[in-house]
Amino acid sequence: MKRITGDAPSGRVASGFSRREFLRGSGAAAAATALVGAGEVAAGAQDADKGDGVARGKITVVLDVNGAKHEVQAEPRTTLLDALRNQLHLTGAKPVSTDPSSGAATVLVDGKPACAASMLVLQAAGKKIQTVESLGGTKLDPVPAAFVSADAEQCGFCTPGFVVAVRAFLNEHPKATDDEIRSGLNGNICRCGTYANIIRAIAIVRGG
Amino acid sequence: MAVEYSWPKKADAKVLGTEHDRLDGAAKATGAAKYTYDHTPAKLLFARGLGCPHGHCRILDIDVTAAEKAPGVVHVHVLQKPRVGDDGKPIQPEIEWEGELLAIVAAETEAAAAEGVAKIKVDFEPLDVFVDDEDLEAAEKAKRTSKGGGKVQLEKEPGDDEDEDEFAEKEVNRLLGEAKHVVEGYYGIRPITHCCLEPHGSVCAWDGDKLDVHLSTQNVSGTDEQFANALKVAAGDVHVQCQYIGGGFGSKFAADYWGIACAEIAKATGRPVRLMLTRDQELKLGGNRPSGYLKVKLGADENGVVTVWDSQHWGTGGARGGVVGHGVIPYVYRPKNYRRVATAIKTNCAPSRAWRAPDHPQACAISQTAYDDLARVMGADSLDIFRKNLANIESNQKAEVYAAEMDIAAKLMDWKAKWHPHGKGPAKGSVVEGLGMAIHTWQGVAGNSNCMLRVHPDGSVESFCGTQDLGTGTRTVCAMVLAETFGIPVESVKVNIGSSKYPESGPSGGSTTVGGVSESHRRAGQEALAKLAEIVAKKLEIDAATVVARNGRVGSKDDDAKTMSWKEACSLLGHKALEVTASFRRGAEGTPLSGAGVGGVQMAHVAVDRETGVVRMKKFVAVQDMGLIINRKLAESQVHGAMIMGIAYALFEERITDPETGQFLNAELADYKLPRLGDIGELVVELYEPESERARGVIGLGEPPVIGPGAAISNAVCNALGVRVPVLPLTPKRVLDALAKAKA
Ligand code: FES
Repeated sequence: MKRITGDAPSGRVASGFSRREFLRGSGAAAAATALVGAGEVAAGAQDADKGDGVARGKITVVLDVNGAKHEVQAEPRTTLLDALRNQLHLTGAKPVSTDPSSGAATVLVDGKPACAASMLVLQAAGKKIQTVESLGGTKLDPVPAAFVSADAEQCGFCTPGFVVAVRAFLNEHPKATDDEIRSGLNGNICRCGTYANIIRAIAIVRGG
Repeated sequence: MAVEYSWPKKADAKVLGTEHDRLDGAAKATGAAKYTYDHTPAKLLFARGLGCPHGHCRILDIDVTAAEKAPGVVHVHVLQKPRVGDDGKPIQPEIEWEGELLAIVAAETEAAAAEGVAKIKVDFEPLDVFVDDEDLEAAEKAKRTSKGGGKVQLEKEPGDDEDEDEFAEKEVNRLLGEAKHVVEGYYGIRPITHCCLEPHGSVCAWDGDKLDVHLSTQNVSGTDEQFANALKVAAGDVHVQCQYIGGGFGSKFAADYWGIACAEIAKATGRPVRLMLTRDQELKLGGNRPSGYLKVKLGADENGVVTVWDSQHWGTGGARGGVVGHGVIPYVYRPKNYRRVATAIKTNCAPSRAWRAPDHPQACAISQTAYDDLARVMGADSLDIFRKNLANIESNQKAEVYAAEMDIAAKLMDWKAKWHPHGKGPAKGSVVEGLGMAIHTWQGVAGNSNCMLRVHPDGSVESFCGTQDLGTGTRTVCAMVLAETFGIPVESVKVNIGSSKYPESGPSGGSTTVGGVSESHRRAGQEALAKLAEIVAKKLEIDAATVVARNGRVGSKDDDAKTMSWKEACSLLGHKALEVTASFRRGAEGTPLSGAGVGGVQMAHVAVDRETGVVRMKKFVAVQDMGLIINRKLAESQVHGAMIMGIAYALFEERITDPETGQFLNAELADYKLPRLGDIGELVVELYEPESERARGVIGLGEPPVIGPGAAISNAVCNALGVRVPVLPLTPKRVLDALAKAKA
């Protein structure tokens, strides 16, 4: 009888395994220390390195999100998305893929679009994070407003990521041509098929 | 006096048929909308499943000791535990598809749960794997096939002592022999997944014996009982909620075993638990659509009217078998003589789930391509062939409606000017262009729905209905129907849906929701208005039968002086809200509010690069009827969405499975190719709503427009190249292979 014994397959999403490997390679403790040194990581109880080169334990990290400082508890492996959603209850950015292939976890980091699912909290410390929630509230940003009037949303699960991506795109290209729009926003997936309406929404914001 | 239900005439409608914005649009666009995945109650445990890595195996042992000791892990729940039976023999679970969950780890953080999962050790005994659903012979050899049914219909009947099968064989061959044109074709469409962006999952929390479930579901009113039955608690003690759902497409009707497990872990730990499938699990387990492959010989007369159809088709619905039903072959078109046979194949892939318009997209893609090949063989205009064959259809829609829709679509596409016979168009470098079309049908009958309505003395209106909004705009539709009925602004209606505690409403599947909720809300609205009319009539001293509600006022339909504001009218209710519950049962005879049976025509214009094999959408036209339109903007969005999902399965997506291991090789979004914003070309939608269609009432729209794109796009590519690329999706490789084969 053939028998296969072994660890569960990690797959790309099955575990934090690959990320740990990455950290092991680059020296997680060193990486953490470097960031702590940036002055944005508050003092915390970092467990000692257990000898496998992997830093463990939580530390308190201060994140600058939507113009306010927030303390989060982070391990070296904690992603920005995890902290935003599960600790700060900012659930606009969505966990659709662990890599940036869906664009659903798009946030602005120092004004540039970034994937919160593949960025660690430690990488985000000291930077200005802007989530989709900052475009809402009492003064609706023109981008989400145009998404509403062009009905550029169905189930809406991809929508926050798209709204942030479009905001970033229009910040860079306020007068984007139709061709630029069609070639510049291919980082986000919508399964319900709202692309045509998103193109319309962008045209509304751009004017013309 | 019994209330006569009806819709206002088009000219009188103030809200129906308008382009009202989606009521929850801003909430969705700014991240305020809370989906199941977004619920993070205090003390939440994060759970994650371990999927089986083999397509077919036996579980010999599962060791969770290390997982239990992993930092942050609180609980490990084993789903597929080998054990020793009463007879002392080991019972080892057999797993028939990759990804099936074996165990679940609940932990303090998502990362800790993932680490716990990675520490589970499993002993497997691999078993034989079969996943090739395209090779019928191999499947037969492997004993993986079963009969999928069939039908023979011939104009001539066998003699009394003639064997029916022998007669059919002879008659079909005679008809083919006499046919002026014969097409022999092979067509296929690969399996795809639902790929909901919000994976299946739930957040479960107990309060004593009462269970609270936030469930990503298309079936709010039906899943509470599923939990209750599985967990042996009273149905009334389970509360299922779903305010927002990130995609379903037919795959989210059930509590699912992982939902039950989530509730069990919550019970065992005394803490709320969230268990969502990971992305690869979602693609592997969350739902897939059966494949379809068809071999056909068809014969046609000198006009291109098909006189005989003889087909055999097969495919797989996964480990439980299943195949595209023979009843939809050939699709919409039904020649006077036909023989069709279906064969189901059992593979080591997860069982399929209903995918938007079950069976229809595949049936359309593997049979209306043959009709287009008839045009190719004849050197005829495809539109001509599709139109002439309307003489023989079996559809929920009438031939005249298809004909009218073909005219509109052809105009929007500028078909006549763009048309060239198959393979005869001019080439720009290596790029050739082509046109293709398809027609479709769907039932779309209104589903069961109950609505409880409260009109308050302060004029506010609240409705309660256990339906759900998949993104189709159910919420907005409910509000619009009531706003129309009461003559008040849409925003002033508070619609409450997404809770199993509300009056029961059917699952959202098969394009039944908008019809169902329009029925229940219009009925409740008209009933409430009739009651209010009596009170108002008394006060104004007019006949209650003359009372109407419009433009924010209630009173005489003929005399403006004898009216009062909506608020004033409601204040006459005194201290008590007017409460009405109305009910609609699916299939109610003669209802004027909803109907069933739609058609639709789609035309695609593509450009194909003969050197790279890349197909690009240039323009895609959809003409769609749907009875009465409630919200034009949302209806158009649905059609857009269906066209894009159609482009996805026509050109991009497919499940790729390793034949040796049964592993789903592209179960991540980086590998599972879906169209992006730049891939869709120009989309044109025409909602066909002549008075004759509008008079039929509301008919569901979710499924129909997703049916035609496979055939329309395949036909356009064939028209461009003059060569059929037989199997969808039409990837560059398949295009190049077909060109190479044609050359050889
Ligand atoms: S709106 Fe559903 S995925 Fe985009």
